[in-house]
Amino acid sequence: MGIIETNKLVFEYIRRDEEDNVEAIQRAVDEVDLDIKEGEFIAILGHNGSGKSTLAKHMNAILAPTEGTVWVDGKDTKEEEKIWDIRQTAGMVFQNPDNQIIGTVVEEDVGFGPENIGIPTEQIWERVEESLKAVGMYQYRKHSPNKLSGGQKQRVAIAGVVAMHPKCIVLDEPTAMLDPNGRKEVIRAVRALNDVENVTIILITHYMEEVIYADKVYVMDQGKIVMQGTPRDIFSQVETLKSYRLDVPQVTLLAYELQKQGIPLTDGILTMEELVEQLCQLS
Amino acid sequence: MSIIVNKLNYIYGPGTAYEVQALKNINLEINDGEFIGIIGHTGSGKSTLIQHLNGLIKAVSGEIYYNGEDIYDKDFDMKKLRSKVGLVFQYPEHQLFEVDVFQDVCFGPKNLGLSKNEAELRAFEALRSVGFPEDLFYQSPFDLSGGQKRRVAIAGVLAMNPDVLILDEPTAGLDPKGRDEILDQLVQLHEEKKMTIILVSHSMEDVARYVNRIIVMNQGEILYDQTPKNVFQHYKELEEIGLAAPQVTYIMNQLKEKGFRVDVNVTKIEEAATEILRALGRQA
Repeated sequence: MGIIETNKLVFEYIRRDEEDNVEAIQRAVDEVDLDIKEGEFIAILGHNGSGKSTLAKHMNAILAPTEGTVWVDGKDTKEEEKIWDIRQTAGMVFQNPDNQIIGTVVEEDVGFGPENIGIPTEQIWERVEESLKAVGMYQYRKHSPNKLSGGQKQRVAIAGVVAMHPKCIVLDEPTAMLDPNGRKEVIRAVRALNDVENVTIILITHYMEEVIYADKVYVMDQGKIVMQGTPRDIFSQVETLKSYRLDVPQVTLLAYELQKQGIPLTDGILTMEELVEQLCQLS
Repeated sequence: MSIIVNKLNYIYGPGTAYEVQALKNINLEINDGEFIGIIGHTGSGKSTLIQHLNGLIKAVSGEIYYNGEDIYDKDFDMKKLRSKVGLVFQYPEHQLFEVDVFQDVCFGPKNLGLSKNEAELRAFEALRSVGFPEDLFYQSPFDLSGGQKRRVAIAGVLAMNPDVLILDEPTAGLDPKGRDEILDQLVQLHEEKKMTIILVSHSMEDVARYVNRIIVMNQGEILYDQTPKNVFQHYKELEEIGLAAPQVTYIMNQLKEKGFRVDVNVTKIEEAATEILRALGRQA
């Protein structure tokens, strides 16, 4: 069984008027089946309102399904007594780093989670150290978080999750508010956690370039999974992606335009190096 | 008609332990009808600069002239400046508050002292110019999607009839299509209403595609103020200050290193495709 598995997951937002009568029902997640294996790097794409975040919130029991089932490391998220276990297994990182940091010193902020679950002090410091090192923020451990850049703050937020020793981290648009460097720093930290620590990563993003490293990409539209495959499979389908309000990385789009002009390139080129190499062979 | 910024300096927390000089001796001239991009890493002074342009922050020293008038002059009408230089903040949808979309957009013009009719007319036009669907006019702004909310917030500023529209990362958090829609709308405002547009952005690709002039900020100073092609030639320097060039610029440089005879001053996909086809001996 995978680390995260869903079976016909449905979630409906129900809007009620002042008398508590149901005014409208919106199906945000519509019969989604997922099977995510431990150690995988998964990316989820989809336009605003496609259901990505709602789906993500099921992965650590912030939301419980309206219908269907979610298992996190084999535990059913509907069983309330397992909620704390589930949240330790699957940590969550959100878009705005400022909303996730509470400590006045970086190392205290990272230590907050482990302290909260009663880890002995000595081990807390060990965890803080290893987590900050894992995201490349150890030299800032004595700094005040509000003096850090966006990318640094977001890495501190990730360290705070890592310190809980989760098997899986769900990141909901962690780079949306960052500048190019901040984006790179965060993605590098996330990839290192996946490669080195074998933490399962579920990355939700609107930046297509961040997806090319994933093992598998899911595309959502109207609450359903409408495409799934390797980044190369997905980004080979430029027009289909556009119909879902998405895009492909600039290099993929350039290769696609060249293909349309009759240049024989392979489908779904993902990196600059690939494109340059293929063009070199042609000339 | 122009904005002239002369030797502008700004310091956060002067005289405290947290004193930071956010703007250092900024000189700038913004002419009518320009489409300008401002780029710079977080904390480089972009947002501080744009908040000076409509008088939200007062400089420690230096002057700003709006159409020849000194905005720090005692008799200067700040309220008029704020309606003429419209500022759309980051995540402007957090500022929506009215019961329905239409009321929300009416709030600005009403505040200017316009009659109800006039305010409603302006709101109507503003919502139409951002391509907001009419059947959602009387929805609560909180029930809209992210992209729609953002449009409503931009319409709220447009309803003030600004001559200059400044937007601080208007596409952050939007999906690719939503990103293109908002930016295309800006192009339309620029072309049809001859509005001056200043776009603060973290997306080098967007800036390369849309603006005529790029201002690069670093540590409170203007590092470059040139056309996109000229600015992105300095991609190595840009990387040192936490920025980058569009992906296609890198591709062209790599191709050149491999012996392709391509122009490296390329910032858009279409240009890159044409250049590569030419270098391969095929015409597009």
